[in-house]
This record gives sequence, C-alpha cells and structure tokens, in this order.
Amino acid sequence: MTPTSTSRWPGLLRYAVLFAGALLFLFPFYYMLIGSLQSEPDTSVAGAFPTGGLTLDNYRDINSRVDLLGSLVNSGIFTGGVILGTVVFGVLAGYALARLRFRGRGTLFALVLLVQVIPFQLLLIPLYVLIVRGYGLADSYLGMILPFAINTTAVFVFRQFFLQLPDDLFAAARIDGAGELRVLWSVALPLVRPALLTAVLLTFIGPWNEFLWPFLITKQADMQPLAVSLANYISNVAARAANPYGAVLAGACVLAAPAVGLFVAFQRHFISTDIGSGVKG
Amino acid sequence: MSTADTVAAPTTGAATRGPRPAGRGRVAAVLGRHPVGMVLAAPYAVFIAVVFAYPLGFAVWMSFHDYFFAAPGAAVDRPFVGLDNYRAVLADPGVRQSFRNIGVFLVINVPLTTVLALLLAVALNRVVHARTFLRVAFYVPYVTASVAVVGVWLFLFNADGLVNSVLGPLAPDPSWLVNAGLAMPVIAVFVVWKQLGFFILLYLAALQNVPKELYESASVDGAGWWRRFRSVTVPAVRPATALVVILATITGANLFTEPYLLTGGGGPNGASASPVLVMYQRGIQQGQPDVAAAIGVLLVLGVLLISLVNRRLIERD
Repeated sequence: MTPTSTSRWPGLLRYAVLFAGALLFLFPFYYMLIGSLQSEPDTSVAGAFPTGGLTLDNYRDINSRVDLLGSLVNSGIFTGGVILGTVVFGVLAGYALARLRFRGRGTLFALVLLVQVIPFQLLLIPLYVLIVRGYGLADSYLGMILPFAINTTAVFVFRQFFLQLPDDLFAAARIDGAGELRVLWSVALPLVRPALLTAVLLTFIGPWNEFLWPFLITKQADMQPLAVSLANYISNVAARAANPYGAVLAGACVLAAPAVGLFVAFQRHFISTDIGSGVKG
Repeated sequence: MSTADTVAAPTTGAATRGPRPAGRGRVAAVLGRHPVGMVLAAPYAVFIAVVFAYPLGFAVWMSFHDYFFAAPGAAVDRPFVGLDNYRAVLADPGVRQSFRNIGVFLVINVPLTTVLALLLAVALNRVVHARTFLRVAFYVPYVTASVAVVGVWLFLFNADGLVNSVLGPLAPDPSWLVNAGLAMPVIAVFVVWKQLGFFILLYLAALQNVPKELYESASVDGAGWWRRFRSVTVPAVRPATALVVILATITGANLFTEPYLLTGGGGPNGASASPVLVMYQRGIQQGQPDVAAAIGVLLVLGVLLISLVNRRLIERD
C-alpha cells in the first residue's frame, strides 16, 4: 500500500478479489478430491459439498485397472533419472561456463542460448525416429530420460548461481592447491545449496508431469509412467467403468499428490525470485 | 587433461606452480587457462549435439525428402522431393484447420494470460496478509500434471457436469467440449488457468525491480491508482511482458495433451485439433514422418514470426 492511498477500500477490494480468485483456482482441486471419494458421481451443486457417503472404492477401482504402484515406480525412475542428469551435468557445465576459461567456452555458451529457443515440437518427430527406430530405445527408461537428461535452462541457472560467488573465494582455494573438482565440491556447491534445492524441486515438476514424450515411446503398459497410464485409461477404458469419473479422479489425485505435496512443503523455494531471474535467460 | 590429474593436484599444485610456468603457458595458449573446463562441459556439449543439433538438422532434411518408416537396417531409397511435403501439408484441410485452431487459441489465451498475470502480480505484490496462501493458490495448477487436472475439467464441463448444473437452462447446447465453437475457447481458458501461476511469478520478479521513487513521485503529482498502473507499472515491466507473451505463445504452439484428452483427440470434427496433435496423427499414427516434420518446421517458423513481431511492437517506444 502506498502512503498516499489512505483509504482502506482499495486494500479491502484487493483482498476480496484475490481471495475470490484463489478460491476459483483451488476449487478444481477440491472437486477432484471430493469426486474421487464419491461412489456415485453427483454433479449437482449440492453434490460438491457432500455430507457423507464417501468411500475409497474409486481408488480400489483405478488400482485394479491401472497398476498404480508399478506406474508410480516408473514415474519415480523417470523423474529420478532426469533430476540426477540435470543436476550432475548441469552443475558441471554451469560451473565450467561460469568460472573456468577454456577453449570453446564462448561457442558453448552461444549454443546454450541458442538451444533455449529451439522448440520441442520441431524435435518431436526426428527424436521419435532416432530413439525408437534408430537406437531401439522404445519402452525403456533410457529412451524416456534421454531427451530430458540435461536441461539447458538448468545449466543457465547454475551458471548464474556460480557467477554470483565472489572471485576471491576461488582464488584462495586454488592458491591452497585445490583442484577444480575439489573447488567445485567443497567451496562452490555448499554456497549455492539453497539454489540447488530450488533447481531440484523445479526439475521434479517437468518429468513427473510430462505426458507427450513417454506417451510416444512407451507402448507396454508395464513401462508407462502414471501420467501415461492414466491418460490411456481416460481415453480408452473410462467409458466402460461403472463410475468412470470417480476412478479417473482417484488416479488424478494419486498423480497430483506428490507434486502438490512437495510444492506446498517447499513453497518458499518455489516462490523465491531466483526462479524468475533464472528463467529470464 | 583428465579429471584425475586435477584431483591429484592438491598434493603438488602449490609447490610445482613455480617451476612450470612455461609449460602452463603453452597449454593455456591452446586450451585456455583451465582446460579441465572442457572435461566438465563435455557431457553437455555431446548432449546438445545428439539431442538438439542432429535432430534439428534431421527434421529439416526429413521435411525435404520422401521419408517413411522401414525395417531397421533395410537399405531404402529416400529421394529428395523438394517442397512436396510442404505442398501436401498446405493442401491438407486438417492441417490448415489445426493452424486456424491454434490461432483462435492464441488470440484468447495470450492476451488473457498477460493481463490477468500482470493484474494479479500487482495485487499480490502489495499483499501483506495471507501472502503465502494466495501465492500457493495461484501457483498450484502450474505444478500439477495436465493429465490430472484434465480429469477434473472433464468432470466439470461434461454435458451433465457441475458447470452445466449451475448454469441450468443457460448451458450451451451442444455442451462445451463437444461444441465446435466452444471446444477451443474452453481449452484456451483451461491453459490460462493452468499456466497463470508461472507468469504471475515472472511479473512478481519484474515488479521487485521497479524503483519505489517512481510511484512516490507519481503520487505526489496526484496520479490515481489507474494512472500509476498505466504510466509507471506497465512501462517498467515491459521486458517481462515481452517474455510472457513469447513464452505463452510457445506454450500454446506446443499444445497437445489438452486437445488429446479434453476433446477426445481434437474433436468435434477437428475443431480443437492442434498442430502438434496433427503431427502426432500424421507422423506416428499414419506413418508419414516427412509430412509431420514439415508441419513442425512451419509451426516453428510461425512462432518465430510472432516472436519477432512481438519484439518489434514492445520495443518500439
């Protein structure tokens, strides 16, 4: 509130609008949960605020049609692989680009900027042809992970983190005789740890929620991440189930819960302005 | 130069620094002062080559050749066909419709996203109470999987879903997602809701950098809320606006999951099919990767064109 807007009304109005908007934004999530607990779909207005009769049958139902545990394990392996690659290779490349002078650094950095503007749509078909037909990686974790194994935005964000550290620290460590990996591990990484957590949390969202790529390359049900299994259920079998929406919403809750849970638990890290400045690259 | 050398260096590094300057100088002249950087950056460089550069070239090459799926290892002729694939794409009514559809999507989605994100960011920026709750509420759809929230929207916008039971006799007929005129607008609004938190965040970051003095002097000059918003806030966040418009356009051009699931594969009658959905259908389901690659090239050229125009417009004054 600026000092001159002395009237309380603009402030109250702002809160009223923001709260109304927030409830509108949260309502689908509430409705997802309620719908997943109703044995019969009740789409009347009263049905959105049930007073009883909630069951876990829909979770049992979706679990009998989609192997929830297996799909979650696939989602976990896919997400874990992407996070591991993004952090390990991203930190190495980001550190090298920020703090080390070597031949080809300028070229590589130009490529970092260039790669950020190449949209995935253009690569979709050739990557499919190469990975599925060329390398035979259909229905494999490696095939799922490969296109996301290093994230250019992450490289750029890590470079920004390392650039912000004072030069003297590095000079001191090198005078003490530390090699570059040692400097990176013992000096640079501990200083950027909070930013590292933000990067890991942000990286988590991508593969956990990714649908199109794993959908393209996994045809075997036992290799599909939950997003793909659930989407296939929505488009193929939902019409034949007794309470299709209940089962879909139960699956949706299982898919949404880990990302939403992590986000709420660590929201401070998501909401830091680092993200905005990192993305601006 | 391997990483093992540098790890071993601590034992001798400082002591040997004196006696070896000449050797180091020669290495530095060729490889740079820290050749180990090449090793650290090598995986990323290989990744760019394998996952971006080569497929990028392959996509363009494919779009100019008669490319089809063949048994692995089979020697097949893939003749150069010039612009044939592009001609096929431009003559295909399904493809033309998908580009028109994405136009409808962008015309609704991008302005709505930009205006709502800026207004909400300005309001949230001044908020003192319930700050965390409000930010989390607007950001949660962004962190949730599309596939999960599509489930709820199907439930909400179904012919006898909650939205229609609230509207009663005002409910559209045919209903939202099976109505040729409404399917794409519903998808555009869905994506606004889904992505808005991310763009609010970009604007919040930009608002941190607006000097407070500007608002103070505007207030001293007697400018009201609207005047300050128009004359101080909007120009100050212009770079962020350019970014929001470009990113929202790129997100829109990538549209696939929503038409695939919300409208059962781009229905009714292709009224909500997106170019990426058509790429999937032509390229992978119907086995015409060359045609699909041409759609991809045209789509990207379109996005680049919009980005350039947007840049011109926003940087003009």
